Amino acid sequence: MERPLTRNIRPHEPPLALEDYRRVGGYEAVRKALAQSPEAITETVKEAGLRGCGGAGFQTGIKWSAVPMGPDAPHPKYLVVNADEMEPGSFKDRLLLEGDPHQMVEAIIVSSFAIQADQAYIFLRGEYVLARRRLNAAIGEAYAAGLLGPRILGSDYGLELHVHSSAGRYMCGEASALLNALEGGRAIPRAKAVRTAVSGLWGKPTVVNNVETLCNVPHIVNNGAAWYQSLGLGDAAGTKIYGASGKVGRPGAWELPLGTALRAIIEEHAGGMRDGVAFRACLPGGASTAFVGEAGLDAAMDWHGMQSVGSRLGTGTVIVLDDQTCPVGMLLSLQQFFAQESCGWCTPCWSGLHWVASLLHRFEAGEATEDDFDLLRTQADHLTKGYTFCGLAPGAMESLASGLDLFRDDFMRHVSLRRCPWRT
Amino acid sequence: MLSEEERRDIELEAPHYATREALCIDALRIVQGHRGYVSDQALQEIADYLGLPLSQVEGAATFYNLIFRHPVGAQVIFVCDSVSCWIMGCERLLERLRAHLATDVGGTSPDGRYTLLTVPCLGACALAPVLMIGETLHGHVTADSLPDLLGKGA
Repeated sequence: MERPLTRNIRPHEPPLALEDYRRVGGYEAVRKALAQSPEAITETVKEAGLRGCGGAGFQTGIKWSAVPMGPDAPHPKYLVVNADEMEPGSFKDRLLLEGDPHQMVEAIIVSSFAIQADQAYIFLRGEYVLARRRLNAAIGEAYAAGLLGPRILGSDYGLELHVHSSAGRYMCGEASALLNALEGGRAIPRAKAVRTAVSGLWGKPTVVNNVETLCNVPHIVNNGAAWYQSLGLGDAAGTKIYGASGKVGRPGAWELPLGTALRAIIEEHAGGMRDGVAFRACLPGGASTAFVGEAGLDAAMDWHGMQSVGSRLGTGTVIVLDDQTCPVGMLLSLQQFFAQESCGWCTPCWSGLHWVASLLHRFEAGEATEDDFDLLRTQADHLTKGYTFCGLAPGAMESLASGLDLFRDDFMRHVSLRRCPWRT
Repeated sequence: MLSEEERRDIELEAPHYATREALCIDALRIVQGHRGYVSDQALQEIADYLGLPLSQVEGAATFYNLIFRHPVGAQVIFVCDSVSCWIMGCERLLERLRAHLATDVGGTSPDGRYTLLTVPCLGACALAPVLMIGETLHGHVTADSLPDLLGKGA
């Protein structure tokens, strides 16, 4: 089984330096890309079927196609790497950034060339200190070797690359809010009337892509679209870094064919449940995806498979709930996060999410009534797309709505016992 | 006025951005790096130096989790309280830390060594529960391993 994204990553060892990275074929994709037209690369990425790994799953090649090209295109153009990994339960981008920083840099050069970007930024979580050090070391090596800066490898193409270390807020993960943060302001989402591909950072054409998404690009350029498609199972293309956390035997992250069954991730790769606890349900792709119970475990962990069981692939990192952990407490932890991290721009989000969190707190404190359950249901139905300015609150409602369906009896036990049954 | 070092560090970032305004967040982090936190006075100094309205600098300073608007201890402990760490027992960890440091979340130990904060998911969920002491991540933290960690972090 091929593992292009993680082939150079060795746990507990420092990442490959430039010379070693080149020895295993690194930066070959830059050479290949510079020998083609930018449009040809975008076409290959489109054919490969690469989709965004940050959660939304938008087709990468189509996103790039919206960027104005040719001699009349406005410049500077920007490529921004969304390395603001902050979706609770997600820990895959850290692995790629710390484990193979040169792969990230190579991916940025090739992808920037495809949209003819002049400047690229890595928008990095402030807490990712080791990733920052390793990225800056790799970028320094790349500049010294003529892989960054003007006239890359003697071509007419030049690119500047800078790591922006964020001051921290989940909202920065939303692409347009991220651009406001890069411009020095509060990370509040922008109206979507104008696409960032046309008018993004400082009003110039800008593409924002997730870390894992971009890391696929050099491999696609090296090996072709057909090869990339052959990596996935069924209709799915490529590999995916899956992860599992919670009370499983071996929590961790693994690069596997996209389309691997959710059950295989939990039972084989994560080693099943720990002794003494049983599986209850899981969030398959981070905090903003709907719960999947036992009945959905045989579904494929890909875009279609997760949709077929009422959830989403999201970031592909599974959070497992066991029978010894209170599902209401878990929902409270999730909603406290969303309430705290809301940017405060639109009322349904800043007010609604705090209301939701306070209602869940009433259950945990033994103060809730059955009416509070219905009120949560109402919130879950109303903090959805169309009522809010961006996807934060609707994402928060995916785990809540599915949790209300799955755990109704648990909520009612909190009401009848007037306490949390899991707390003594 | 910002110190010479602070101004120099800000100017090192300047070539990477299209506007002076974009330096606001880097400036906040740089000043905090030198002074430990960002006081009202520091906000005004950054605003003056970058030529921005005070309200804009304050707006940014109050938005971001890693900008401290109050003095902090010699080191900050960031305890992840998001879902995976919650499942793996971060509440017990926080309880032990509160007792050990004799402060609540958001406060500083009486000896001024540690400030205790919670932080959203640190992206190391396979190691849950996790926390950061200063810039160092620690995984699989237990109540029993805390005293050792705090010894090292000092």
